[in-house]
Amino acid sequence: MTIAVDASITRGTFTVTVAAELEPGMVVAVLGPNGSGKSTLLRAIAGLQPISAGTIRIDDVVVDDAGHVFAPPQERAIGLVPQDYALFPHLTVRDNVAFGPRSRGAGRRAAADLAEATLARLGISDLTDRKPGQISGGQAQRVALARALATDPAILLLDEPLAALDVESRDAVRAELDIHLSTFAGCTVLVTHDPLDALLLADRVLVIEEGRIVQDGTPADLAHQPATTYVAALMGVTLLRGSAHDGLLSVDGGGVLHIADADVSGRVQCVVRPESVTLHRQEPEGSARNIWPGTVGSLQPSHDRVRVLIDAAPGVVAVVTPAAVAELGLVKGTPIWMSMKAVDLAVYRSPAH
Amino acid sequence: MRRPRTALLALTLVAVIPGAFVGTQPVTAATAAPTGSITVSAAASLTDVFPVIAAAFQKRFPGTTVSFNFGGSSAIVEQVNAGAPVDVLATASEPTMWKAANAGHTGRPLLFAKNTMAIAMPAGNPAGITGLADLSRSDVLTAVCAVAVPCGTAARDLFATNGISVRPVTFELDVRGVLGKVMADEVDAGIVYVTDVRSAGSAVTSVAIPADRNVTTTYPIATVTDGRNPVTARAFVAYVRYSRSAQGILRAYGFAKPW
Amino acid sequence: MSSRRISPRPAFLMVPGIIALAFLVLPLLALLWQAPWGDITSIVSSPLALDALRLSLVTSLTATAFATVVGVPLAWLLAREVLPATRLVRALVIVPLLLPPVVSGVMLLSAFGRRGFVGQYLYSAFGIQLPFTTAGVVLAEAFVAMPFLIITLEGAFRSLDRRYEDAAITLGASSWTVFRRVTVPLIAPSLLAGAVLCWARALGEFGATITFAGNLPGVTQTMPLAVYSALESDRSAAIALSVLLLGVCVAVLVALRGYYLKGASA
Repeated sequence: MTIAVDASITRGTFTVTVAAELEPGMVVAVLGPNGSGKSTLLRAIAGLQPISAGTIRIDDVVVDDAGHVFAPPQERAIGLVPQDYALFPHLTVRDNVAFGPRSRGAGRRAAADLAEATLARLGISDLTDRKPGQISGGQAQRVALARALATDPAILLLDEPLAALDVESRDAVRAELDIHLSTFAGCTVLVTHDPLDALLLADRVLVIEEGRIVQDGTPADLAHQPATTYVAALMGVTLLRGSAHDGLLSVDGGGVLHIADADVSGRVQCVVRPESVTLHRQEPEGSARNIWPGTVGSLQPSHDRVRVLIDAAPGVVAVVTPAAVAELGLVKGTPIWMSMKAVDLAVYRSPAH
Repeated sequence: MRRPRTALLALTLVAVIPGAFVGTQPVTAATAAPTGSITVSAAASLTDVFPVIAAAFQKRFPGTTVSFNFGGSSAIVEQVNAGAPVDVLATASEPTMWKAANAGHTGRPLLFAKNTMAIAMPAGNPAGITGLADLSRSDVLTAVCAVAVPCGTAARDLFATNGISVRPVTFELDVRGVLGKVMADEVDAGIVYVTDVRSAGSAVTSVAIPADRNVTTTYPIATVTDGRNPVTARAFVAYVRYSRSAQGILRAYGFAKPW
Repeated sequence: MSSRRISPRPAFLMVPGIIALAFLVLPLLALLWQAPWGDITSIVSSPLALDALRLSLVTSLTATAFATVVGVPLAWLLAREVLPATRLVRALVIVPLLLPPVVSGVMLLSAFGRRGFVGQYLYSAFGIQLPFTTAGVVLAEAFVAMPFLIITLEGAFRSLDRRYEDAAITLGASSWTVFRRVTVPLIAPSLLAGAVLCWARALGEFGATITFAGNLPGVTQTMPLAVYSALESDRSAAIALSVLLLGVCVAVLVALRGYYLKGASA
């Protein structure tokens, strides 16, 4: 069961253009900021939104060619877990899960049996007779998953599956969702704006910005070689672009850094991890090849660390402890020196686009 | 013929409007001259003729304005009995007027016109009605007034007098309702006043009912006791009943003399 | 402890508010005060009154059923803006709401009268004449009352979260199943509120009914027409019939209070 999308989808003045093949047994996350077009892509695969150009194929069968072929959602073997789950509030959990089998022709009794079996498989049999208003967000998420799985879909589509949950329950529900997704044999497409969901649940991540795919890779690819500053920011690292020659990187916007790989030349990108940047009040001496001055731009507390954004050539982000902030007397505008080892600079070729 | 009637008018004016024409005082007495506005509640069958009379009245007594409230006689009597701000009441039957007069809500009623009934049919007479007997045919749709209003009482009496049994499809609340249903061609026949047939012009045709088999109704007019402009009200009542011009207009619209 | 923080009751709202309340309640009390309580049972149990009441209930409920069957789909079409010129269509739907009912009656005559636009063919082809029939009363009531239902339901369809319907579609439900098992249950409170509004308007219909359907006891004389007809001859009978009608309305409101108030505030 493969999904092949090569299509443009137009909603109003906004167009999403996507070309990708999605493999069975894989969880593909579509990651992007709000309004990037990721939900539109999901709706197009589901058949809730006709495409305006190109084709969508499911298992080599064209389901939408922006012309005479359009298979409605009922004819696509999909299971959708909508944002906020959209459980039917007037039906019990059993009837919610039985809704799909009923709609696809199962008898009342058979549909109820199937619903109960699916609920048991997901370990939520105790919710069977409750109404959606009487269960928690995490439970609702599982019920919505059960409802989508009860029709035995070949493709599972999840729209922001964890966004409706509070931070406390999110980790537990995500871990459980991971287990259920890993046992699902078909294609899973998961739309999210949260990089953590993408990194922890997906085998492959499509990053969408402004209606276009800007990166397509594994979670590790994203972390090590982010294609855009948006991806880099999601990963919490600084992305530098520039030209490499003879072991030196001339950074766009100013500054030259030593890199470990002297053989690279031409347009490259490199990632600066905040942990690899060391801050000093005076110009330091030591083994670090890269030492350059700047001023503190802003301070962002994050958990038990403080992220320090530094105006310099090149500007980078460093992470220090609150104690270090006090010790170094860091405030906005403080002059500062940075040092970084050349081996900590991971240089890679700029993506073609 | 003219002189006696004018004399009669003068005489009666003195008689019925003592406040305005005490003794030999001239009609133009400053304190008693009709002026200002009055409201006249009148039977629906007077809808066309009364505004014409009012125009003549206003010309005769400059400075007066007459406005109207037309409706089913019973309805306008109910309104007066409930204290409606009306100066003059004119109904299409004596019994309806007595409901107000006996309760002390009007002055003494004067009869000023008489009307008889006619069968009105839509133009072209689609059902081919030639007389009252046709109204008892089952394929003929007949509209009449509700019995509570004079035209309905008259229709009921008309059927009884002629010994025919009619099953109307609607009992309208005033005669204009009947006429409207006929003109819209929604019924085949309606029992209305001869005056309505005349005012409807070519929109309806009609069959006359022989005088000896017909039913008549007489129209009384009276001042309303609690009216705010008694002088002008009395002048209007007298004008309708006694003036040559008002009676001439009534004749022109098909009303007969009640005396 | 919290009694100090009473909700504010500013005079500029209290005074006109209480005037409005008095204005609405006073005529009701006056009617009850004037009611001929001694004769009321004999008046309201007279064949004329019972005929009118039966006719009113039958026609208003039939009109509401008709309005629901065709009005709910129209409300859906308007809410989803699938018709061309939705704004124009919506304006046309609201017209009977704004028109004097008598004008509605005249329009119905133009359309369904014996010489009407459609009525002439009904009459010549099938011998069907709607004026002066109970069906004509239903038509007049439905024409005047249906906009209330449509407007209420359009709002409900509009504010309905589309994700429920999307979820149902992806689960394989046909559009009829989605409508029946998801959409309608979700808008049920509004459906009830709209139907009650529509029914109340139909029950009170006078002008269009007398203009289009006439006034014949037992056939087209509904309660409002009976009240008005009685007013021509017997005021106390009119009041007694009014009390009866009032009683019916109060009984329905009490029976529905939970649902209706919930729906109205949603």
